Amino acid sequence: MSFISYLIKGISLGSVYSMIALGYTMVYGIAKMLNFAHGDVIMVGGYVIFIAMSLSGLNPIVGVLLAIILCMVLGITIERVAYKPLRKASSLAVLITAIGVSYLLQNVALLIFGADTKSFSSVITVPALKLAGGALTISGETLVTIPLCLIIMIALNIFIKKSKTGRSMIAVSEDKDASVLMGINVNKTIAITFAIGSALAAVASALLFSSYPSLTSTSGAMPGIKAFVAAVFGGIGSIPGAMIGGILLGVIEILSRAYISSQLADAIVFFILILVLLVKPTGILGKIMHEKV
Amino acid sequence: MTKIKELNKSTRNNIITLGIILVFYVLCQILIAAGVMSNLMQGLLVPLCYYSILAVSLNLTVGILGELSLGHAGFMCIGAFTGAFFTRCTEDSIPNVFIRYTIAVLIGAIFAALFGGLIGVVVLRLRGDYLAIVTLAFGEIVKNIINALYIGIDEKGFHISLQDASNLKMAEGGDIIVNGAKGITGTSRDTTFTIAILLLILVYVIIVNLINSRSGRAIMAIRDNRIAAESVGIDITRFKLLAFTISAAMAGVAGVLYSHNISSLVATPKNFGYNMSIMILVFVVLGGVGNIRGSIIAAVILTLLPEYLRFLADYRMLIYAIVLIVMMIFNWNPACITWRKNHSFKDILQSVFKNKKEEAKASGKEEA
Repeated sequence: MSFISYLIKGISLGSVYSMIALGYTMVYGIAKMLNFAHGDVIMVGGYVIFIAMSLSGLNPIVGVLLAIILCMVLGITIERVAYKPLRKASSLAVLITAIGVSYLLQNVALLIFGADTKSFSSVITVPALKLAGGALTISGETLVTIPLCLIIMIALNIFIKKSKTGRSMIAVSEDKDASVLMGINVNKTIAITFAIGSALAAVASALLFSSYPSLTSTSGAMPGIKAFVAAVFGGIGSIPGAMIGGILLGVIEILSRAYISSQLADAIVFFILILVLLVKPTGILGKIMHEKV
Repeated sequence: MTKIKELNKSTRNNIITLGIILVFYVLCQILIAAGVMSNLMQGLLVPLCYYSILAVSLNLTVGILGELSLGHAGFMCIGAFTGAFFTRCTEDSIPNVFIRYTIAVLIGAIFAALFGGLIGVVVLRLRGDYLAIVTLAFGEIVKNIINALYIGIDEKGFHISLQDASNLKMAEGGDIIVNGAKGITGTSRDTTFTIAILLLILVYVIIVNLINSRSGRAIMAIRDNRIAAESVGIDITRFKLLAFTISAAMAGVAGVLYSHNISSLVATPKNFGYNMSIMILVFVVLGGVGNIRGSIIAAVILTLLPEYLRFLADYRMLIYAIVLIVMMIFNWNPACITWRKNHSFKDILQSVFKNKKEEAKASGKEEA
């Protein structure tokens, strides 16, 4: 029974990872850059919800909506100010800028909110579910997280495949120059991608901090890195890959925390990253991209 | 003067940089002997050297190889702990400080290189920004593992545990050397300013020689155009690995310097964490990516400046973040590049002088 409860917990954490990983993978697919600041957008979302709920006493749903809007604005601003001027620069320059942005967000949060850990109160009020005569308890957070993540992912998939904006995103990620010729507004498409990624990060922050309630200025960094590992695991640039990778990673993390060592769980997750890069660098669903000379 | 001009450019640059280091060293020694230098400054001399070594070695990865490493503090951590571990074990059996220190430096460098090589073998054969994320993860893992690591010694040999000190099952009179989160205590503080400067010069010479060698040119060719480099027969993975391993080894050397400059060595986020790796990256970026002398100068300035600008201490990291973003945009944004071309300092100087000359000519004509 305990194995099943760990498994469910793992899937729940994993679906949060896959939401974050979607942000990484979509931005990577379109802008061909690693958005290091994505993890810190989660942290910002967490603080927004924290302030809205604890200090202003707003309804949790209003708080989450506020976080989604603010994170979208933040994502678009970051892209405009920091990444857009460097669209033609070398990838090293873009990477260093992204680290600068991530570091900037962390330190601004540190200056505003201080170094002490804030205790996040759960946004989810669903009661826990007891199964099999109390042997198996599923927390309310898990009950909400898994279906919500499923719905969001299906909706996102439909949006990208069917809507005009979604198809223009695919076009830009395939060939930027050709999509300009087809009348696609590349700047707008990239901005929308950042906005969607940041909105997903905001939702992920609400779910993540409801289950793991300690909030500091760096608490977005670790989930961010793990979500990146998930994105690589599933094949970076591939949207279904990010979903599968995220869920697998969450399950692996919770199981190794439970059965191997809680101290070394993070090390195991990174070891998996190295293993994936060693055996199949393109990930589970990744495509091999050939470079043209 | 003419002789210096006849030398080729890289040799001349080396002589200038080494000259600056030596002049700095002599100046500091004179100031210390005269008793003018404050204790605070004297305490900063060795940190200046190991920060410079870190900056120079990271510049090899970032500037020359063109890959980003965010785990440089992790390699430093490995060097620090292996070096201090060796010194702590052999303090009684090798009384000669010089020999012990030399071996400690070698051990620190070799272990850091070993881990650098291991990561490099996995990551450097791939294209893309994987190195940054893997080294970042590596730095965190190293810190976690060392904080959970216990090593003790007694007459039966070494005991290693990953749980706690009582788990070592040591005999009576055993000595715990690495004590988990408490780290290594009681290492003799062997690092002096002279040793630090000598190691800085050594690291500088090694790295500059590498850059100017055939291998160095191959590494830069890979950075500038991977496909072209491959097509002229350069073994991409081998040279990438070479540069990255040497860079890691030099960070290990800096770690040994660090660990022998303090009496109790612990792995905290402050000294070996992500922030430290970013700080080294800021040295490199501010000093100029690919410019070795610039790295040393930036490391020195950014180590001294915070001591004199204490009131800005809370904003230090914030300023670092802004420096990273602004420097990158200023250096790489096409609009900024054109602006720089139109407003270059040289041109302004030239145009000022030209105007003066023309004025002088014009006035000369009028007089005539």
